[in-house]
Amino acid sequence: MKIFEGEILFLDRSDINTDEIIPAKYLTDVSREALKPYLFEELNLNGFDHKKSLTGKGVIITRKNFGCGSSREHALWALEQNNINVVIAESFARIFRQNSFNCGMLAIELPSDKIEMLFFKYANKKTIANVNFEKEEVTFCSENNSDVLKFKLGEFDKAVVSAGGWINYANKKY
Amino acid sequence: MGKTIAEKIFEDHCIDQPFQDVYVLKLDRVFCHEMTTPMAIKDLIARNKDRVFDPDKIKAVIDHVTPAKDSKTAEQGKILRDWAERNGIKDFFDIGRNGVCHALFSEKGFVRPGFTAIMGDSHTCTYGAFGAFAAGVGTTDLEVGILKGVCAFRSPRAIKFILKGTLPNGVYAKDVILYIISKVGVNGATDCVMEFTGPVIDSMSMESRMTICNMAIEAGGTCGICYPDMVTVDYLWDFIKDEFPSKEEALNSYRKYISDSNAKYEKVLEYDLSGLEPLVTFGYKPDEVKTVREMEGTKVNQVYIGSCTNGRIEDLRIAAKVLKGKKISDKVRGILSPATPKVYEKALSEGIIKTFMDAGFCVTNPTCGACIGMSNGVLAEGEVCASTTNRNFNGRMGKGGMVHLMSPATAAATAIAGYITNAPLFRANQRRKGR
Repeated sequence: MKIFEGEILFLDRSDINTDEIIPAKYLTDVSREALKPYLFEELNLNGFDHKKSLTGKGVIITRKNFGCGSSREHALWALEQNNINVVIAESFARIFRQNSFNCGMLAIELPSDKIEMLFFKYANKKTIANVNFEKEEVTFCSENNSDVLKFKLGEFDKAVVSAGGWINYANKKY
Repeated sequence: MGKTIAEKIFEDHCIDQPFQDVYVLKLDRVFCHEMTTPMAIKDLIARNKDRVFDPDKIKAVIDHVTPAKDSKTAEQGKILRDWAERNGIKDFFDIGRNGVCHALFSEKGFVRPGFTAIMGDSHTCTYGAFGAFAAGVGTTDLEVGILKGVCAFRSPRAIKFILKGTLPNGVYAKDVILYIISKVGVNGATDCVMEFTGPVIDSMSMESRMTICNMAIEAGGTCGICYPDMVTVDYLWDFIKDEFPSKEEALNSYRKYISDSNAKYEKVLEYDLSGLEPLVTFGYKPDEVKTVREMEGTKVNQVYIGSCTNGRIEDLRIAAKVLKGKKISDKVRGILSPATPKVYEKALSEGIIKTFMDAGFCVTNPTCGACIGMSNGVLAEGEVCASTTNRNFNGRMGKGGMVHLMSPATAAATAIAGYITNAPLFRANQRRKGR
């Protein structure tokens, strides 16, 4: 399985779409590696600079409906290429969420009050998130604070991630 | 308990239920284009599984950037082309025969009521207009679809939209779907099938139903869906006439794919559309919608008519009616991209292409091009485009560009004026009402 841990990048906006995550013009590359420098190039968010804000980050926390729009799995690959294998949000767009599990990556949903708490407590500090996939809990740790939150993945989503993605799962089963 | 149309299709196609609430469906169609399929093909080759589950059920097209604009897009086309040939995929549409996937595959009669279809393209929901379950998926789902002919979905919760009343003159399918998206929001239908029903849908052509279902994804919907009726049968008749002795028999058979009256819905939303006005988006999200009257006067640099949303012959006819005998503003670049070669040919024979050209439009070959900001009309920083497409995301049609989504009628009127404005048909209608 992939590494589900890292410093958090807080993206304080709902409805971040896959065009913002990776613009269509970069979809002409037939390699995942080529996507790396362009992650979030079009992100419409005050104070965000895709060349600087991503450095050292491994987990994203954001608001509602993350990954809406285009079905492009390039959005997941661009995250993966930047060592971001976990997105925690209040909700996801269906295709992005499915693509995430299909790639063996995590799309974790937490209720709005928990997301609000995380933004309030940790957004301006260096914070590490560590996901325990088996126990379905995530630990947040900054210099002065720490929290452990439970989450729930679907049984199928868990099985797909455990198999290392949907292709491996489907290859064995169908 | 009755079943929705999607539940009936799931029941017919389910080959496995690995967990409660997860359905692995067998697929009647796997559609492919050159932007999302090559990475699946490359992975299949790397896994030593370069084969397809059924070459007759796979249909492929080069549509996103065609003709190729550079070496990279040429390579994508080549990967798809070689793969189709290697695997005996006969329905592969290359340059000269290619068009915007969802418009092309629809007019080829590839989708029938009750079918399941996936494609590595979010607007695959368009085919729901035929009473099918069709969903956009990522490259991994597509890859498994190509190899195994299956795809997994959560249980198909549904929202029923009952569209009542009669659309006023000059108000079209695009206005209807923009209205619905503005009501439910960009995630209002996430994980749900959007069932579009009622007299407004009943009286619509297949083209208009496709426009509506096309934008289901902009509300987060898995699929838009309309019940099959005689309009569906008429549209498909050339492709199905050997299967059924008469249109009535075809309809009887397809009636299976109509939701039961006691089916269970997540929500039932009723709208009376008799007072609907032409609408237009104003921000970077498809649910940010105002009336054209509210946006009247917003200057535009480019007008784009085309795409899987509004690039069909009905759309071109509506726009041509507005443009006939007029010139577009000399401050505006007008671009028409008929969605398929058939649409292009019809437009030529009906004099529509001439109307557009006389008005000052440039006419491109069928392609997704400008809608995704990849070719044939990319915006410069700070420019504004009035567009009949489906997404107004930041940077969608070019970095720093602003996109206003609207109907072909409004787009044509906007091209003439140089700013967002209502088409004469709607304005005349308003005057009659004394507004």
